[in-house]
Amino acid sequence: MKILVPVKRVPDPDVKIKLKKDGSGIDTEGLKFVINPFDEIAVEEAIRIKERLGDVEIVVVSIGGEESTEQLRTAMAMGADRAILVVHPDYIDPPNVAAILAKVVEKEQPDLIIAGKQAVDDDLGQAMQMLAEMLDYPQATFASKVEIDGTKVTVVREVDGGLTTVEFEMPGIITAELRLNEPRYASLPGIMKAKRKPLDKMTPADLGVEVSPKLTVKAMSEPPARKAGKIVESVDELVKLLHEEAKVI
Amino acid sequence: MDFMYNEVQEMLKDSIKRFVEKEVSPHVDEWEERMEFPIEVMKKLGENGFLGIPYPEEYNGQGLGYQEYIIVLEEIARASASLAIAVAVNGLPQLIIDKFGNEEQKRKYLPKLSTAEITGGFALTEPDYGSDAKSIKTFAERRGDRYIINGTKRFISQAGVADLYILLARTQNTGSSHDITAFIITKDMKGITFGKKERKMGLNATATREIYLEDVDVPVENVVGKEGYGFKIAMMALDSGRITIAATAIGIAEAAKDCALRYAVTRRQFGKPIVEFQGVSFPLADMETKINAARLLTQRAAFLRDRGLPYSKEAAMAKLFATDIAMEVTTNAVQVMGGNGYMKDYPVERYMREAKVMQIVEGTNQIQKLVISRHMVREISRTL
Ligand SMILES: Cc1cc2nc3c(=O)[nH]c(=O)nc-3n(C[C@H](O)[C@H](O)[C@H](O)COP(=O)(O)OP(=O)(O)OC[C@H]3O[C@@H](n4cnc5c(N)ncnc54)[C@H](O)[C@@H]3O)c2cc1C
Ligand SMILES: Cc1cc2nc3c(=O)[nH]c(=O)nc-3n(C[C@H](O)[C@H](O)[C@H](O)COP(=O)(O)OP(=O)(O)OC[C@H]3O[C@@H](n4cnc5c(N)ncnc54)[C@H](O)[C@@H]3O)c2cc1C
Repeated sequence: MKILVPVKRVPDPDVKIKLKKDGSGIDTEGLKFVINPFDEIAVEEAIRIKERLGDVEIVVVSIGGEESTEQLRTAMAMGADRAILVVHPDYIDPPNVAAILAKVVEKEQPDLIIAGKQAVDDDLGQAMQMLAEMLDYPQATFASKVEIDGTKVTVVREVDGGLTTVEFEMPGIITAELRLNEPRYASLPGIMKAKRKPLDKMTPADLGVEVSPKLTVKAMSEPPARKAGKIVESVDELVKLLHEEAKVI
Repeated sequence: MDFMYNEVQEMLKDSIKRFVEKEVSPHVDEWEERMEFPIEVMKKLGENGFLGIPYPEEYNGQGLGYQEYIIVLEEIARASASLAIAVAVNGLPQLIIDKFGNEEQKRKYLPKLSTAEITGGFALTEPDYGSDAKSIKTFAERRGDRYIINGTKRFISQAGVADLYILLARTQNTGSSHDITAFIITKDMKGITFGKKERKMGLNATATREIYLEDVDVPVENVVGKEGYGFKIAMMALDSGRITIAATAIGIAEAAKDCALRYAVTRRQFGKPIVEFQGVSFPLADMETKINAARLLTQRAAFLRDRGLPYSKEAAMAKLFATDIAMEVTTNAVQVMGGNGYMKDYPVERYMREAKVMQIVEGTNQIQKLVISRHMVREISRTL
């Protein structure tokens, strides 16, 4: 069995983002980058499936600049077997991500694609759904539990106010919710092994994809500064304000 | 020259950081308060390969060097100096057996020490002899293919917790430097008992105890190296150990600086953040500068060691400087935080207590100056 896990290089979510003065993008100077946390959960899930089933190859793929090799190596240090970097340093929108991944899938023929439910940088959360559409694959998004029995995949999904359980036949796509698992840290032997694991580089053109953006980022702006809180005199006043001003009760 | 971490070092730093955030930081106050050693976390460090860094792969080591080892120690020490010291102390038997042990000893003990299946300690100091280690009194009397050991060891880190110790004992009384021998002893040997947990200023999660040896019967195969080579072995081990203490001190200092800096940019007095007063920002600038200088000294000692070059003077300088600046940085961090710095609600008072002991262990800082100045004299004598 083969599992493909797309991973994206994103700014460390624990660090405050600053914008460039002209609002054209984020200021990346001194900024630390990590694997998108949801993608890390996806990598972890693939590793756990491998630990359960044995004969599984895990391929991680990233679309980005050369720096993305860091995130691919980290995924391999966690336990992925090999990596593909599709070199495209510039901004890329979800339809083009999906188009590239569709070609990678065609090439690699994975049984399962596990990805994060969204990337925490632009929070678009569209590429995997588009990929499912392009490939005509079943998809189970927001997974909080994954079970595999032969070619049958059972996924428990988190939805507002409850859970739904869905089932599909491989091949198919799963996107990982926060509570699917808690990713491991790379062990030192894992880090040492990752150095020797294969990392293939190619361009979108090599895959026959011409990147043509359908989406452009016009501007970025900081969220408005938070207003100072208000100290109220009594519970009665609090209830009144919550009702009349905040309109939450 | 290269002042950059390589890819493995970068990933290692990331990985140990996350390990510490998850497995260590949330529990430190509890361990310190209860004077309880987190043996399960030590084992997890072992499982993840963090304890066997500079040892050969054939004995469950990672085949890396001290440059990687100090990354791990610094990160652990930022959260728990007790755990960092336990790791460093575990490293002494590892190092001694790896460097001076025979094949059988290596096979028997090294893999288990690297995974923390067993943990180790180092017993040199005695009630009457600390800095003057050559004069220790614990005696090992040879009887056929066995030694009978009697004596008392003092201030032994991890005593009672560790399963195995490198013990230094006298095997002769000739007054030469070949009087002392290194032995492997194990906790379960008959005649070994441990004293009470000493009540200390800090490092409370790692026990410091006396070890009493009463007619402890040790087979000849537990001698490390050769009879009479113990002092040399101990001194060489301490040369390496000093690099680990320097890294631990840097971790403590870094944590203290970080806490003080965060405080200084948020705490307001006289209508502005206190970091805008030079009385606060200049000590912070000194902290940053000295921590970086200490780290560079320590990395250089590690680099020389990894290259197989002499590093004894550099290790002593790193230990001296890093532990002295850790004392200074932690004291000033308390100062920057005013009354809060003195309170146990913040960790800086603990860092200050932890920094102090780093100036004492593995050779007091006066002893480091002896080592450094003797090297200097030796170097200059060659040109006279
Ligand atoms: C928490 C803790 C853990 C320890 N863990 C271990 C361990 O695991 N294994 C172990 O073997 N030991 C351990 N020790 C012992 C430690 O190594 C000794 O405390 C240290 O070597 C100093 O010895 P001492 O305490 O006997 O002081 P002394 O040697 O009595 O020194 C007292 C003072 O005199 C100074 N001094 C001594 N000789 C000279 C000189 N020639 N010139 C200038 N000044 C001098 C010293 O610098 C010091 O300031 C530990 C100690 C502590 C506090
Ligand atoms: C054990 C203890 C007992 C105490 N008992 C009493 C008591 O009985 N009664 C009482 O009233 N108070 C008491 N205090 C409070 C004590 O007086 C204050 O902690 C002290 O005045 C410092 O104030 P702070 O802690 O708010 O620090 P801050 O004023 O916030 O100072 C933080 C840091 O900023 C520095 N700083 C502040 N302003 C400047 C400036 N303009 N230029 C340069 N540096 C500056 C300070 O020197 C300090 O290093 C006690 C404190 C302690 C720890």
